[in-house]
Amino acid sequence: MRETATLIVRRGNAGEDAPTSSYEVPYTPGQSVLDGLRFVRAHLDATLSIRHSCISANTCKECMIIVDGKVDYACTARLEPREMVLEPLGNKAHLRDLVTEITPPDERMEHALKSGLGKVVAGA
Amino acid sequence: MTVAMDVVQLETDVLVIGSGAAGMMAALEAGKEGAGVILADRSLIGRSGATIMAQMTVAVALGSQTPDSWEHHLADTLAAGRELCDASLSQLVCEEGPRDILQLDEWKVGWARNDDGSIRQALAPGHDRPRCVYVDFLSTGPAVAKTLRGRVLRQKEVARIGDLYITDVLVTDGVATGAAGFSLADGRPVMVKAKAVVIATGGLTRLYQRNSASANMGGDGYALALRAGAELTDMEFVQFFPIGHLAPRLVGMDPIMWDPFRYKLGGRLLNAEMREFVNDYGNEEAGTYNVTRDRATFAILSEVKAGRGSPAGGAYLSFQHIPAETLRASFGPVIDRLAANGIDLTRMPIEVAPIAHYHMGGVKVDARMRTSVPGLFSCGEANGGSNGANRLSGNAITEAFVFGRTAGRTAALHARAAGNADAPVPAGALDLVSAVAPEHGENHAGLIAELQQVMSVDVGPFRTEDGLNKALAAIAVLKTRVGALPPGAPGPYNMARLDWFDLRTMLLVAEAVTRSALARKESRGAHQRDDFPAMDPAFVLHHTVKLAGDDIVLGRAPVEGHTLCEVA
Ligand SMILES: Cc1cc2nc3c(=O)[nH]c(=O)nc-3n(C[C@H](O)[C@H](O)[C@H](O)COP(=O)(O)OP(=O)(O)OC[C@H]3O[C@@H](n4cnc5c(N)ncnc54)[C@H](O)[C@@H]3O)c2cc1C
Ligand code: FES
Repeated sequence: MRETATLIVRRGNAGEDAPTSSYEVPYTPGQSVLDGLRFVRAHLDATLSIRHSCISANTCKECMIIVDGKVDYACTARLEPREMVLEPLGNKAHLRDLVTEITPPDERMEHALKSGLGKVVAGA
Repeated sequence: MTVAMDVVQLETDVLVIGSGAAGMMAALEAGKEGAGVILADRSLIGRSGATIMAQMTVAVALGSQTPDSWEHHLADTLAAGRELCDASLSQLVCEEGPRDILQLDEWKVGWARNDDGSIRQALAPGHDRPRCVYVDFLSTGPAVAKTLRGRVLRQKEVARIGDLYITDVLVTDGVATGAAGFSLADGRPVMVKAKAVVIATGGLTRLYQRNSASANMGGDGYALALRAGAELTDMEFVQFFPIGHLAPRLVGMDPIMWDPFRYKLGGRLLNAEMREFVNDYGNEEAGTYNVTRDRATFAILSEVKAGRGSPAGGAYLSFQHIPAETLRASFGPVIDRLAANGIDLTRMPIEVAPIAHYHMGGVKVDARMRTSVPGLFSCGEANGGSNGANRLSGNAITEAFVFGRTAGRTAALHARAAGNADAPVPAGALDLVSAVAPEHGENHAGLIAELQQVMSVDVGPFRTEDGLNKALAAIAVLKTRVGALPPGAPGPYNMARLDWFDLRTMLLVAEAVTRSALARKESRGAHQRDDFPAMDPAFVLHHTVKLAGDDIVLGRAPVEGHTLCEVA
């Protein structure tokens, strides 16, 4: 029988209750949790938001989440053929699903607006 | 449908799109010229493209340990480019590279030193002498990114905005006047008015299923340039890195990390019969491992095709002849990270295969980094021309430095002189980013994976007319499945929408690559046609790509600056 990993993922936007979605992904040894999440996005549910860029090199540090209660990088944490609980970082503002606000404060849009680079106008 | 929505309007002299080495250099230089700069990136500033992932070599004729001059570097660059380099661009890289390397040294990047204090230079394939500077093994990219980021932080003219995805350059009366995009954190549409716009978005290797690069490298700059009316060049030349890691699965390490191992220790490339084969293809490695990337890629894939590949479909790379102590002395903690992945190099070979790695083609610029659209500039890997049909290892980072600096300066001067500060915003500029559409049935992340499969199978290192036509047909079908609007509504970190924008770009760029490859009926450098296996002098020309309405139009341009080949 083919082994699977079950990813139990905290979903939703900031401030919402914390629903979870559960996904069964095929397991092969050597995969990362990010491999599993990318499988979910391409095959099961593209609305699941996660954050990553370097994918497996562990250089961008964008994929930090909580795996089974512990802070870890999704791209280096090993996928395992069991239930795994994935949550967004608790110490950062929550944006959506597993994504939190990790941009340094002075590199955010709000900061640019505050420093006089522009304004917000009501759209048409 | 669009709904009333708050729009962010920003204004600056110079907008730099992308914050890799090229973008950060451009921002620093434009700031130095006194221009106000917005440095925007779709991810984190200075952390999210190829630059921070680069492992080792930066090629530059410093002559710090072996006499060298930029003319020698140029001769090697032109030879690797197989007659297709735009020599004025190659010359710029080779001649001005040393200046930037020394500048980075002053900024304390930490280039490795010899005992006598001189900057150490390593030999890399295709270079006629030790020419590559580096920062420790596997740490060059992170050190370069950190150093440049540190400088950017101190340059008060430069405002940094992360999580800003630029989707289109704004063009008014044929002149670039800014860009449109959206803020990822909340989904708000963003418009940036700018007197000059610099594309520094890196390459396109994400088009391929197996690639060494980051998720942000779907060719955004090429699509931005095309839609703004600029021209691309040499799009058929995608570089595959020959010994990308294939098996067993390796986590937390870069798939192209084997190169330094091979140079330093002489890893043996073996086929399924456990025989070295690279020399069977007209190469003379003779223990120096200096075969250029296109030739090594060709040798490995030919063995696979002949049925002599490794189980996962590549070649074996073996270090079993190297004593454990030597391995550890050379690579210290890297050996432990490999062990954590279940890899013991003294007991087993690993499997490697070519992996999409770099793009020689790109935005067509002159030696001042001007595109054909006034006010629009481009730099770094986003540019085409300097590497012709094949890039030498180490030339990419040098190119990012030199082109970035040049683009920053030209853009700042342009902004100072520009009278387009009050140019009207083109109609419909924000329609796409503020569109609200039903979540249509397609999974765009899945479609991206399908496109990557198509490109890998039919537009990889080996191409045929049939395969390329098949790819074009598949791309056409994918185009119809994408839909005209991004799904859902703008909101915080809405990845389903992000995928839609990525796919829109990737399909356009994939088509540009495929059409250019179809037109090049010969084999040259990184472009290998099974049905036209020889180089053909009739193809010493560039294929250019433009957009007419929604259609890609191919053109031809002569190769400039051949006489410079005689310089060295
Ligand atoms: C794993 C790896 C190893 C390498 N090793 C070497 C080496 O040893 N030596 C060498 O010379 N070269 C090497 N290269 C190649 C070299 O790193 C790149 O060519 C070079 O860093 C490109 O720099 P860049 O600034 O042009 O682009 P990048 O560093 O790729 O930066 C592009 C930036 O643009 C941003 N961006 C993209 N699209 C958008 C958009 N739409 N809106 C906003 N921002 C956007 C991205 O997020 C990214 O931060 C390597 C590449 C890789 C992938
Ligand atoms: S994806 Fe870059 S560190 Fe995990």
